[in-house]
Amino acid sequence: MKITLKIWRQTSPATKGQFKTYTLGHVSPDMSFLEMLDVLNQDLIKKGEEPVTFDHDCREGICGVCSLYINGRPHGPLQTTTCQLHMRTFSDGETITIEPWRATAFPIIKDLMVDRSAFDRIQQAGGFISVNTGGVPDANEIPISKKIADEAMDAAQCIGCGACVAACKNASAMLFVSAKVSQFALLPQGKPERKERVEKMVAQMDAEGFGACTNTRACEAECPKGIKITNIARMNREYFSAMVSSYEVAAGDGGAG
Amino acid sequence: MKLDSKVPEGPIGEKWTRHKFNLKLVNPANKRKYDIIIVGTGLAGASAAASLGELGYNVKAFTYHDSPRRAHSIAAQGGINAAKNYQNDGDSVYRLFYDTIKGGDYRAREGNVHRLAEVSVNIIDQCVAQGVPFAREYGGLLANRSFGGAQVSRTFYARGQTGQQLLLGAYGALNRQIANGKVKMYTRSEMLDVIVVDGKARGIITRDLVTGKVEAHSAHAVLLCTGGYSNVFYLSTSAKACNASAAWRAHKKGAFFGNPCFTQIHPTCIPVSGDHQSKLTLMSESLRNDGRVWVPKTAVKGLKAKEAANIKEEDRDYFLERKYPSFGNLVPRDVASRNAKTVCDEGRGVGPTGLAVFMDFSDAIKRDGRKMIEQKYGNLFDMYQQITGDNPYEVPMMIFPAVHYTMGGLWVDYNLMTTVPGLYALGEANFSDHGANRLGASALMQGLADGYFVIPYTIGDYLATIGWNDKIATDHPAFTEGIENVKAGVDRLLSIKGNKTVDEFHRQLGLIMWEYCGMSRSETGLTKAKKMIQDLRSEFWTNVSVLGSANELNQELEKAGRVADFLELGELMIDDALNRNESCGGHFREESATEEGEAKRNDDAFAYVAAWEYTRESQPENLHKEELRFENVKLTQRSYK
Amino acid sequence: MKWIVDMFTSTLGRKLLMALTGLFLILFLAVHLAGNLQLLKDDGGRAFNIYAEFMSTNALIQVVSKGNFFFILLHTFMAIALTTKNRKARGPEGYAVLSGKSSHWTSRNMGILGTLVLAFIVIHLYHFWAQMHGYWGNITTLDYDGKPVRDLYSLVDMWFQKEWYVGLYVFCMAAIAFHLWHGFASAFQTLGLNHLKYNGVINVVGKVFAVLVPAGFAFIPLKMYFS
Repeated sequence: MKITLKIWRQTSPATKGQFKTYTLGHVSPDMSFLEMLDVLNQDLIKKGEEPVTFDHDCREGICGVCSLYINGRPHGPLQTTTCQLHMRTFSDGETITIEPWRATAFPIIKDLMVDRSAFDRIQQAGGFISVNTGGVPDANEIPISKKIADEAMDAAQCIGCGACVAACKNASAMLFVSAKVSQFALLPQGKPERKERVEKMVAQMDAEGFGACTNTRACEAECPKGIKITNIARMNREYFSAMVSSYEVAAGDGGAG
Repeated sequence: MKLDSKVPEGPIGEKWTRHKFNLKLVNPANKRKYDIIIVGTGLAGASAAASLGELGYNVKAFTYHDSPRRAHSIAAQGGINAAKNYQNDGDSVYRLFYDTIKGGDYRAREGNVHRLAEVSVNIIDQCVAQGVPFAREYGGLLANRSFGGAQVSRTFYARGQTGQQLLLGAYGALNRQIANGKVKMYTRSEMLDVIVVDGKARGIITRDLVTGKVEAHSAHAVLLCTGGYSNVFYLSTSAKACNASAAWRAHKKGAFFGNPCFTQIHPTCIPVSGDHQSKLTLMSESLRNDGRVWVPKTAVKGLKAKEAANIKEEDRDYFLERKYPSFGNLVPRDVASRNAKTVCDEGRGVGPTGLAVFMDFSDAIKRDGRKMIEQKYGNLFDMYQQITGDNPYEVPMMIFPAVHYTMGGLWVDYNLMTTVPGLYALGEANFSDHGANRLGASALMQGLADGYFVIPYTIGDYLATIGWNDKIATDHPAFTEGIENVKAGVDRLLSIKGNKTVDEFHRQLGLIMWEYCGMSRSETGLTKAKKMIQDLRSEFWTNVSVLGSANELNQELEKAGRVADFLELGELMIDDALNRNESCGGHFREESATEEGEAKRNDDAFAYVAAWEYTRESQPENLHKEELRFENVKLTQRSYK
Repeated sequence: MKWIVDMFTSTLGRKLLMALTGLFLILFLAVHLAGNLQLLKDDGGRAFNIYAEFMSTNALIQVVSKGNFFFILLHTFMAIALTTKNRKARGPEGYAVLSGKSSHWTSRNMGILGTLVLAFIVIHLYHFWAQMHGYWGNITTLDYDGKPVRDLYSLVDMWFQKEWYVGLYVFCMAAIAFHLWHGFASAFQTLGLNHLKYNGVINVVGKVFAVLVPAGFAFIPLKMYFS
């Protein structure tokens, strides 16, 4: 296959970026998208040009570090991660535009690599259950109905890639935040800190500069792990009921509660 | 130097309990006066950082990822073992211990393995309390499955994403300590050296991968939780960034390397599709519970999965079921892998390269219905289809072995301390618990056991000995010198300006390792490979091309440093494989086989841990032997017939 | 009481206000349509005029009416606040290529649709509400059984004979329809009322409402123009 690539190149956060066009002559349909970029980079190095910087690691769709906004969609045309996207999805002679995730909360580091540490800070605000190592009850002490466990698992599958933010016209992180809120709101282990958790995570989400949800459902359509917007509704419920019923908590109280 | 494993005396079931009592404690008020550096934030690192932070120590945690949640522990699919015996099927701590020792082909320490089995039950409790959504039965209790050839159902799982869920649990615990200010997290920071002063580990040198800044960090103890070195083979199931640099540089500073040749080849991976291949994808071992492995009885060149139906039932060779009637498709990983290689060597392999065997689900679908299979393996089947374009509900999967895990690693004693006092190794980075072969669903168990339930006890013993005011600041000459050395190393890579890319060297190294130090090894092959690696290494240092500069984000530079270390580690693996003239576990020496071609151990000569001591650049390393004593388990040849 | 400020300055709190005001305005539309349908009665506008007189004089209705204005403004204000935040969240450098495949265009263009609707409301208020309340023009007063009743019907009829006005009216009703097409179910999602058992009903009712109510509004001027 012959492929033309329009790739966003930007040397540092401060400098202005621009698109550069490259052509690749021999692309195998069995290559993954990232392998195609590997080939491009090898070519570039051989020519003495700087290779394209992009985040990637596990290449099996689970670490969540690969990103790329491909032809107007995060992770490209399929509902999967970029590393699991294969060139057979594209046609011979196609021009592919590759951009970084665009969001104020995800500043560009270099070329196609962005800084997603905002997600970590949201998790640090309360995306956990405050138990120390040791001294916990037996794992079977609290039965959890299979349905609830499954639903919690559906939410917990989030890989933190940020495709939801990239896909959303408002760069909203609600699908990401709500997935974690939901997982712990559903499980009995998460109940003690349920209210404080959602309050703190939402406050941090806002502080990071993510946008508001306008229910376009683009996040759900693009999420490589199929996280549903029912989680956002659940987060809204949790948040409103927490806000009207919880004790007031000052930010930075330590732990989720 | 005499290796002291420090395994306590006494009956196997009481060793750990006694040891815990005998370990010195650090006064709670003094814990905050101790600084601990943790490198790597996968299962072992994150769980250790969280647990030590909870205890009150000051922890600095480092990862080269953008977030601790990216560590490759996340990719473990199948599950985690624990001797809970929830299924009432005869499991016990002793059985898990026994299975692990036997599965490791009697090359692991009894004491360590029994401790692992003991704490396995605590891990499950801990993870459930953290909100890990393990699979459950309709009654609300935890579900288990039998995994990787175990005769009992002791594996806990969260769909096909157990590693992810366990890592996110540990990541949550870590986040809590970060929020509490007990752990300071450094992301996109790569450790490039360990600082050893007066024989004790005192800190590390790191490079900020975004700015290129080289920094020194000092502490009372350093924990390496940096995973394994499968990527020495270039193609493996490891993530692209997985590397041995932290462990290797610690090795060069005095930490012995244990059993480097013990690598695990996983039997069920998606075969290589072409030269562009950048990594191999594992299909969970759980698939072997329902998938039947076969090749045609007589070679059919380039047989595609779509044409498998043309091969009549009587013309198929279900070679694992035929050779191992009692275990069938569930034989341990090394046996399954080697047999796949054998049939492919006979020319009976399938697919365009002939380097693949079929794994067929048609009987299982007929028996249980498509829905049931979908429930069990849905995400794996989808993944397979995405990668290969074949639909495994309709045609058999094609699989081939791939390097998956390294049992070898930094030598540690019972306290997880390396031969450098104050330097610890946890998880896959150490060599300790799996012997010559790791059982399925045991890696997650070991990583978390080390981090949650071993190091919090054992580290206190060392810290209490040295005292909190015995700390060296980063303005000590050892640190400034360390910074200069790291900078010089970086500049050296950039100054070569050769013609070959880092990846080209890495690929070449991988091919050598796979060919001569892969599924089967021989003296002639290994000797040849040793020379090839030496040549490749000298070519690397004269002809590698690394563009860009040191003071910026430079992914090629990162890779170059890692490949340079692989080029040295590869040779040590070869040396170790040459030295171990017996077949055991994942290490198959052609010279040491039974008449039927099965692996033959030599317990009289090789029942030891090979611990290698670095001497000088390009000089042979010194071999130290830690004799293994088996007081509880009788050594037998493994048989899965 | 810091929590109240926190809540309504958070994105979720603002969305909550959008949803609640939106649902109120939806209710208002239904009531308004019920009144408007009296224009179709073949009684020379008598029923409609009595209804209009009641609506503009009843004390309770006046309170509700003030609330209605307030909600329209609040809805608008929150929309502006959220849109500003959202623009900022995307950052100055947008995407070069956008694929519309993952969402419906109405959901992406609520701001534009809403602006159209707001413009229509202003025009609409100017032509009818302002004259009815005597801010300008001179609306005639009729005598219904000894009671003075302002003749809004004739005013409406006059405007509904103008082609451009009917066209504008119908166009704006289409904008409302599209606004509701997304807005109705969206409000429930924002309130957290998303449940597999009820989603179907909410969606169907929402879509039917989004079509029928604006169609009902649009039908009236068309009927009056063509008959």
